[in-house]
Amino acid sequence: MVRRVGVWTVSALVLALAVAALAVLWSLRTDRPQPRSAVLERLAPLPPPEARALPAASAARAEEGQWTMPLGDYAATRFSALDQIDAGNVSELRPVFTFDTGIAKGHEAAPLVVGSTMYVVTPFPNIVYALDLTRPGNPLKWAFRPRPLQRAQGVACCDVVNRGAAFAGGRIFFNTLDGQTIALDAETGREIWRTRLGNIDIGETLTMAPLVAEGRVLVGSSGGEFGVRGWLAALDASSGALLWKAWSTGPDSDVLIGPDFRPFYASERGRDLGVTTWHPEGWKLGGGTAWGWISYDPDTRLIYYGTGNPGPWNPDQRPGDNKWTAGLFARDLRTGQARWFYQSSPHDLFDHDDVNESILLDIPVGGRRRPVLVRPGRTGFMYVIDRFTGQVLAADPYAHVNSIRRIDLRTGRPQYAPEKAPRSGRVVRDICPASPGGKDWNPSAFSPRTGLIYVPHLNLCMDHGITEANYIAGTPYLGAESRMHAGPGGHRGVLTAWDPVARRPVWRIREDLPLWSGALATGGDLVFYGTMDGLFKAVDARSGRLLWQYQLNSGTIGQPVSYRGPDGRQYVAILAGVGGWSGAIVSGALDKGDPTSALGFVNAVRDLPARTDAGGRLYVFALPR
Amino acid sequence: MSSPFRAEAIMLALLALAGCHRETRDYRSDAMKAAERGAAFEDNAFHIAQGQRLYAWMNCAGCHAHGGGGMGPPLMDDEWRYGGRMEQIAATILDGRPNGMPSFRRRVTEDQAWQLAAFVRALSAQPRQDALPGRADEPRNTEPMTLDERKPIRPVTAKSDDASEE
Repeated sequence: MVRRVGVWTVSALVLALAVAALAVLWSLRTDRPQPRSAVLERLAPLPPPEARALPAASAARAEEGQWTMPLGDYAATRFSALDQIDAGNVSELRPVFTFDTGIAKGHEAAPLVVGSTMYVVTPFPNIVYALDLTRPGNPLKWAFRPRPLQRAQGVACCDVVNRGAAFAGGRIFFNTLDGQTIALDAETGREIWRTRLGNIDIGETLTMAPLVAEGRVLVGSSGGEFGVRGWLAALDASSGALLWKAWSTGPDSDVLIGPDFRPFYASERGRDLGVTTWHPEGWKLGGGTAWGWISYDPDTRLIYYGTGNPGPWNPDQRPGDNKWTAGLFARDLRTGQARWFYQSSPHDLFDHDDVNESILLDIPVGGRRRPVLVRPGRTGFMYVIDRFTGQVLAADPYAHVNSIRRIDLRTGRPQYAPEKAPRSGRVVRDICPASPGGKDWNPSAFSPRTGLIYVPHLNLCMDHGITEANYIAGTPYLGAESRMHAGPGGHRGVLTAWDPVARRPVWRIREDLPLWSGALATGGDLVFYGTMDGLFKAVDARSGRLLWQYQLNSGTIGQPVSYRGPDGRQYVAILAGVGGWSGAIVSGALDKGDPTSALGFVNAVRDLPARTDAGGRLYVFALPR
Repeated sequence: MSSPFRAEAIMLALLALAGCHRETRDYRSDAMKAAERGAAFEDNAFHIAQGQRLYAWMNCAGCHAHGGGGMGPPLMDDEWRYGGRMEQIAATILDGRPNGMPSFRRRVTEDQAWQLAAFVRALSAQPRQDALPGRADEPRNTEPMTLDERKPIRPVTAKSDDASEE
């Protein structure tokens, strides 16, 4: 009897051990997504008030409480002074209404709020919705369907995204994927004019949000992966007529380089560099699209915008500096004439478009405030550039970089690490940052209350090889293959709070997935951003501490905004809907069996389909009444 | 001596000959013919290898990567927007499709389109292993044999022969 009990005990023990072992094995399965939680690091003290950067006074927001352009104001601060929602009450923030766009592609746009109407522009087919904020349920006021050409979807490099509309003078201006700029009556949704600027049959699309200043609508082309020749155009806001068009390659007369052009560095001076820094005729397929952000300084009437990667990606096929691609232009808004240029990636090696936002700030230097623009570049460096002269005052890495050793401030030129330069037909391992850069298009926020720039960015490296590219009009002109993977630490996204005066990070949140959403800073000392698995977060602008988060229906790559509703309350809005280059594996149902899918991005986000679904939805949050 | 009926006889003979011609009747539908043509290309080592070269030259990889997709849909999964049979893929390549697939009609010949289709099918279906090319048209770190230095040929001596026999 005693012996039998012993047998039972032993077999129960064996069974328990087997179950435990199975459980351990199950948890070790590698294909099961195992989200890492975000990790906060505090690195430096906050800047004291006298050593804080301030936004350029001339470009600061005129109408507090509204959101009339994706970047919030001409200085590109993405700051809302509204302070009803703060660290003390943000935990009570909850959704007050949602609106489905019915489109399962990447939603990168910022909702706009003007008066008592909210405007949302969707990815292809680029529908504009106007929602009435005064009535219960926020019903649809009007919808405008531009009916872009179907085949435009085939020449959209990185999902069929749209980065938002712009409001000015009672009109909504936006771009369609198939190359049109359209002006609508903001009240009725009636079309006022449309101008076709891009030719999709050679791969020219429009994805950027226009900037409207002094009656001019500024629009830049997309399609740098198709061997197009990039440009920035200014249209008359009243009629849609073309006022000027500045090409990014070619002779000076095309680039609008004239007697006013005074670049700081010697390598940007010379006649027709847009032709002579290329192999013969190379500039005609040279890229340099202007698909990113434009800032505007009303004091000097200068606009600042960056140019994209040169074509093709394979650098061996385009010897020379490849001007005026992968650099930053300052131009006169009225004439389009270039004032200065700074090339962050001469003879770009890694698809490092220079189209990221330029935040116009005045920073204390030697007892006085100096007008600068600060930009987190694709190269992984944070550039501080004099707004008037184009001189690079500082360039410090904010992401992990091994492809550039340093940036020589005497010449402005990066010193490429030769061991990371692409080689024909071979694979170069662990190039950091990868082709989307230290940070891609998604805009940062700046808070004058803390003096910090909040940069949502990436921690990705890649294995990269180049092959010969053939030019066939309307097909990709690349000649490169990549496989991306997480950089050091294993996380793929980072939110960095950067002090542009002390030139160092103050705190940093490591996020598991790539950060592809924009950031928003508010007067309540909060920073909002979202993750690709759909967590919309609010963190303390001073410490980085997570204060609130909300699970959205889909990963977000959108741009959060804040506004005051007709009832006087503060609201926060964001579009969910995963996609874009980083989320194409979900929105395009790509196959993770091929690590080179989506130009190599799929290899870095193979777990994403298990963590989020596609589907566009607008969320608006507020505190309980 | 010529017969007065000679010309008429020749005419009659010709007419009789003409009467031998019958209209040809096609008992195979276009679909059957296309399937036969597809079968001639599919799982054929030469055609798949040619298709792989064309896949790189025609920038297919720019949109479809090595089958996983990107700007264009994946080709290695089991979903086909416009049909996954050989003749449907060849038609997609030659004529294009409305959601962005361009037409390659004047860029490749019809046979080359079929070769491309054979390669595309080899990406998705389970192809015959003995038909797949051994060459990978993508950057990699193994030295191509053609760049390998020629190894010196050592003369075979009696001694080394002896050694090998030991």
